[in-house]
Amino acid sequence: MLNRREFVKSIGAMAASATALGAFATAQAQARGGAHVVVVGGGYGGATAAKYLRMWSNGAVRVTLVERERSFVSCPISNLVVAGVRQLDDITLSYDNLRSKWGVEIVTGEVVAIDVARRQMQLADGTTLNYDRAVLSPGIDFLPELIEGLAGNEELLPHAWKAGPQTALLRRQLEAMEPGGVFAIHIPGVPYRCPPGPYERACVAAHYLKTHKPGSKLILLDTNPDIQSKKGLFMTAFNELYSDVIEYRPSSTLRRVDAQARRLELEFDTLEADVVNVIPPMRAGRIVDQLGVPLVNDRWVDVEWLSLEVKGAPNVHVLGDALFPAPAMPKSGHMANQHAKVAAAAILNLLAGREPNPTPVVMNTCYSFVDDGSAMHVASVHQYDVEKQTFLAVEGSGGVSTAASHLEGQYALVWAKNVWADMLA
Amino acid sequence: MKTTMAAAILCLLGAAGIAQAQDPDLARNLAATCANCHGTNGHSAGGMDSLAGEAPDRMMRKLMEFRSGERPATIMHQIAKGYTEDQLRLIAEFFAKQ
Ligand SMILES: Cc1cc2nc3c(=O)[nH]c(=O)nc-3n(C[C@H](O)[C@H](O)[C@H](O)COP(=O)(O)OP(=O)(O)OC[C@H]3O[C@@H](n4cnc5c(N)ncnc54)[C@H](O)[C@@H]3O)c2cc1C
Ligand code: HEC
Repeated sequence: MLNRREFVKSIGAMAASATALGAFATAQAQARGGAHVVVVGGGYGGATAAKYLRMWSNGAVRVTLVERERSFVSCPISNLVVAGVRQLDDITLSYDNLRSKWGVEIVTGEVVAIDVARRQMQLADGTTLNYDRAVLSPGIDFLPELIEGLAGNEELLPHAWKAGPQTALLRRQLEAMEPGGVFAIHIPGVPYRCPPGPYERACVAAHYLKTHKPGSKLILLDTNPDIQSKKGLFMTAFNELYSDVIEYRPSSTLRRVDAQARRLELEFDTLEADVVNVIPPMRAGRIVDQLGVPLVNDRWVDVEWLSLEVKGAPNVHVLGDALFPAPAMPKSGHMANQHAKVAAAAILNLLAGREPNPTPVVMNTCYSFVDDGSAMHVASVHQYDVEKQTFLAVEGSGGVSTAASHLEGQYALVWAKNVWADMLA
Repeated sequence: MKTTMAAAILCLLGAAGIAQAQDPDLARNLAATCANCHGTNGHSAGGMDSLAGEAPDRMMRKLMEFRSGERPATIMHQIAKGYTEDQLRLIAEFFAKQ
C-alpha cells in the first residue's frame, strides 16, 4: 500500500488526465471516510447536482438528496398542460434512477433548520443530517402578502408557477370557463422565475381559447413596462396569431384582489375576470433564511461564482432560481442545471483540497411555445470574468429564433426529454 | 514603450499563469454544458444527435461551420459563438472519448 504522500507523488508523476485526478479525489474522500454532501431540493438544480456529484466522483462522495415532494414535476412544458396539449403525467418523473443507478440517498422530507457552523441540518420530522458540504436549490417562494387580498387564496386565484396540483387546477378552471369569458394573467415585476414563461402561457392559453372557447379574451397584466424576453417574437405572436384574443397591458401593477369576485384592482383601473392567474412576486426559497446571511434586496442569495458557495456561509452552495443572478443570467431550469455542474465540479475540487475550476462556462436556452406545436428560443453563453468575478454573456453569441417554427417545437420537446434525463436518468 | 513592454510581459505571464492553472477536468466541465440537449456525456436520450464517440476533427469542423454560418442551424450557430476555439476543441476531444 502507498501512504498518502507517496500516492500523491505517484499521481503527480502520472499524466494529469481527468481519470487520474478523479481517482485522486476519490482516494482523498475515502481517506476521510467518504465526504458527505447533502442536497436540498430535487428540482432542476438539486437533482442535477446530486447526479453529477455521484457520477464525477465515481461514487466516492456520499450524496443525500432531501426533497419534500415524492416525484418531480417539471415547470418547463407545464404551460402545455395548462393549454390541454399535454397531461400532468407527461411532466411528472420519478427519483428512482437517482437512487438505483446513481446511489443517491433520497429522503422525502422538508429541511427546516440549518446550522452553518456545525454543518448540520434538521428535518421537519426531527431527523438530523450532518454534511461536509451542503447544496441548496430550493427554487422560489411567493410573497402574496405584497398584493392585498391575495394571501391564502391560491385556490381561487391559482399561480401555477410551481408545477403540480396548481397546474392541474388552472387547467380545470380554464376548461370550466364559458366561451366568451375573460381569462386574466398577472405578471410580477422582474426578477421572477422564467422571464418568457408568462408570455408563453398567454400564447398557448390563447390558442386553447381560440380553438375551444370562441369569443373569449385573455388580458395579460404586466407589472413591467414591456415584454421581458423574446419581445419581438412575442409581439408578432400577439399581433398575428391572437389579435382577437390577447390584450397586453404593460405597467399594470396589481394593488388589490377580491378573490371571491375575481376582481383585480390596478393603479388606475379595476377589472373582473372569469379565471384569474396571479403570478405573485417571489423570492428565494425560504430555507435560505437559515443561513443567517443578508439577502440581496431581501430576496436573493449572493454567491461566489466560481464555486456557488454562499458569501458568509462557508460550505453551503446555493443554485438556481434562489440566486441573485449574474448580469443577463435568467432564472431558468436550463441555467439551474448549469449552476449545478459548476457547483459539483467545485465541490469535488474543494473536497480534494484543490481550488475550483478558474474558468467555468454556463449557457442558457429557453424555448417558448406560441401554440400547440410551434416554438422559438432565446439562448446565451456566459463565461467567467476574472476581473469582475462574475459570469458575463459573451458578446456576439446567443440570440433568439428568427421566427417560431414547428421544427423548434420539436426541439423544445427534445430539450425537455434530454434535460430531464440529464438530471434524473 | 516601457509600459507597453511591461504590459506585454505581464500578458505573457498572465497567459502562462492561466495555462498552468487550467483545471484538469476542464474538458469534462465544458462538455457538460452541452448535455442539457445532447445528453449526459453526449449520449442523447432521444431526438437529438449524440455527440459521444464522434471523431474530434469531424465535430470541430461542424462546430466551426456553425460559427461561420456555413452550416444551417436553428440554434447551434448562436451557441458555438459563445465558446473559444480552444474550448470547442477540448469539448470535441472529450466527447470523442465517451
Ligand atoms: C410555467 C413555467 C415554465 C417554465 N419554462 C421553462 C423552460 O422552458 N425552460 C427553462 O429552462 N426553465 C423554465 N422555467 C423555469 C424553471 O422551472 C426554474 O427556473 C427551475 O425550476 C429552477 O430550478 P431550481 O432548482 O432553482 O428550483 P426548482 O426546480 O423549483 O426545485 C426546487 C425544489 O426544492 C424543493 N424544496 C424547497 N425547499 C425545500 C426544503 N426546505 N426541504 C425540502 N425540499 C425543498 C421543492 O419542493 C422543489 O422540488 C419555467 C417555469 C415556469 C413556472
Ligand atoms: C439548446 C440545445 C442545445 C445545446 C445546449 C447544444 N446543442 Fe448542439 N445542437 C442542437 C440542435 C437543435 C442541433 C441541430 C442544429 C440546429 O438546428 O442548430 C444541434 C447540432 C449539433 C451538432 C451537429 C450534429 C450533427 O452531427 O449534425 C453538433 C456537433 C453539436 N450540436 C455540438 C454541440 C456542442 C459541442 C454543444 C455544447 C457546447 C452543444 N451542441 C449544445 C441543440 C443544442
